[in-house]
Amino acid sequence: MGKSVLLIEDEENIAEAIRFILSRDGWQVTHLAVGHGAAEAAAQLMPDMVILDHMLPGVSGLDILTALRANPATLRLPVLMLTAKGQPRDREAATRAGADSFMTKPFANAEILAEVRALAGRQPP
Amino acid sequence: MTVSALTGTRIRERRLSLGLRQGQVAAEAGISASYLNLIEHNRRNVTPDVLLRLADALEVDRQALAEGAGSDMVEDLRAAAAGLPGARAEVDRLEEFAGRYPGWAALTAALQARAGGLERAVESLNDRMTHDPHLSAALHELLSALTSVRATAAILDETSDLEPDLQARFHRNLHLDSERLAGGAEALVAFLDGSDTAREQGIIAPQEEVEDWLSGQGWHLAPLETGAVAALDSGIAALASSAARVLARAHVARIVADVKALPLGPFTKALAALGPDPGRLAAEFGTDVLAVMRRIALLPGSNVGLVVCDGSGTLVFRKPARGFPLPRYGAACPLWPLYAALARPMAPVRMQVETAGPSGARFRTLAFCQTRLPGGFAGPELREAAMLILPDPGPRSGETLGIGSTCRICPRAECVARREPSITREGL
Repeated sequence: MGKSVLLIEDEENIAEAIRFILSRDGWQVTHLAVGHGAAEAAAQLMPDMVILDHMLPGVSGLDILTALRANPATLRLPVLMLTAKGQPRDREAATRAGADSFMTKPFANAEILAEVRALAGRQPP
Repeated sequence: MTVSALTGTRIRERRLSLGLRQGQVAAEAGISASYLNLIEHNRRNVTPDVLLRLADALEVDRQALAEGAGSDMVEDLRAAAAGLPGARAEVDRLEEFAGRYPGWAALTAALQARAGGLERAVESLNDRMTHDPHLSAALHELLSALTSVRATAAILDETSDLEPDLQARFHRNLHLDSERLAGGAEALVAFLDGSDTAREQGIIAPQEEVEDWLSGQGWHLAPLETGAVAALDSGIAALASSAARVLARAHVARIVADVKALPLGPFTKALAALGPDPGRLAAEFGTDVLAVMRRIALLPGSNVGLVVCDGSGTLVFRKPARGFPLPRYGAACPLWPLYAALARPMAPVRMQVETAGPSGARFRTLAFCQTRLPGGFAGPELREAAMLILPDPGPRSGETLGIGSTCRICPRAECVARREPSITREGL
């Protein structure tokens, strides 16, 4: 069985594209379109990594990341933040909140695939 | 009329610019050529009568010959020199420059005004780009659509064995996102152009829309003085966003109450008698201080600025005063007396302030904060603070407070209250 990714992204078409790219590479992708309950879902699913959108309706990606890092079960879960905000202060905020990596939209498919592979590979066995 | 020490120099410059000889001008003015020569070299004072005849002979305004450049011109030139200190302009010879070369001086002053206007436009746009939530949302929408288009197009291009139903699905996504991209780009261009399209598409903030509308009325809603509330209906209905219409109606309701508590005639008389003291006027009319502050600032032709903030410090109303720049979005200068008042409800704050920049202007500010308990004792206490901004032509007092608009565009590099670096030339 391939490794799993939890994708938290409210833009349906972006999510569909990412899901397709990762599935073709052998990943099992679970998609959540809303932020509410996402941290709890991650703790329950325990995927190999999380792709987390910065701007989600209702709950921000940073809030979800903070909740993930506050839970011992998901403390070390690799998280790749996606954002349309490329400013240094947003990157710093994501890093401070505990993001392992940060990718600015619009990204190339090959870039996100490489980043996901690198992050999952970094995870201790 | 004051005759300056350089009057003779200006007479000479004017004569030479017209290509006239001393003898010609002297004859026309009814004086000797040798006397004119002494006048031109500032070695003889010129009497008002002779000055008038010389002005006629030189076809120029008598005041221009006598006084040369006005104080406004000299101030403009001083601002130009301060704007580029590296140029090392001879500030001590400003009046001489303006007197000798009035045309060049006017051009320099006009260029300074133009450069100042452009700088303000850049600052304003930067301020908007940084803090405008509507623009931020528009850009986010655009980048999201672009991301989807890029990822989907790459899938279609790079996946040779894509199943037909998936292919059709991605084509449809691509089409929808390209439509979204086109609409978003159009809205953004319209916004940056400042055209009405941006207004129609709701990119301009509702508060800004209402303030534009009020500014167009001279900030005074005259029909409300006679109870003709319906006369404003069409103007409010023409506002682009529903949020702006809601805000405009709330403002109208507030002003209706203010007019009732502070009728125009009696209030104007009391204001003339007591001066712009919101405390005394509020006591006189038995109403609250913030209502009086609104009434003072929103009287017909008033040059008094007014800012109002809620408990979070967010500016919810901005009537500018000339020379006192207000931030369009984001937080204002934390040194504003408005915030001192916000921290101490019901305690009046009165302070002379000086704005930042080479031509810093002084203002008398009066700030006050009131609290409300709309949910009763059990509910939250809501605060509202207001600050009147009155032009203050008087001298600098010992306790004048240096303030700015907002850190991002404030040149006070050493400010103890600075939140972030400034983008202005002086702040770098």
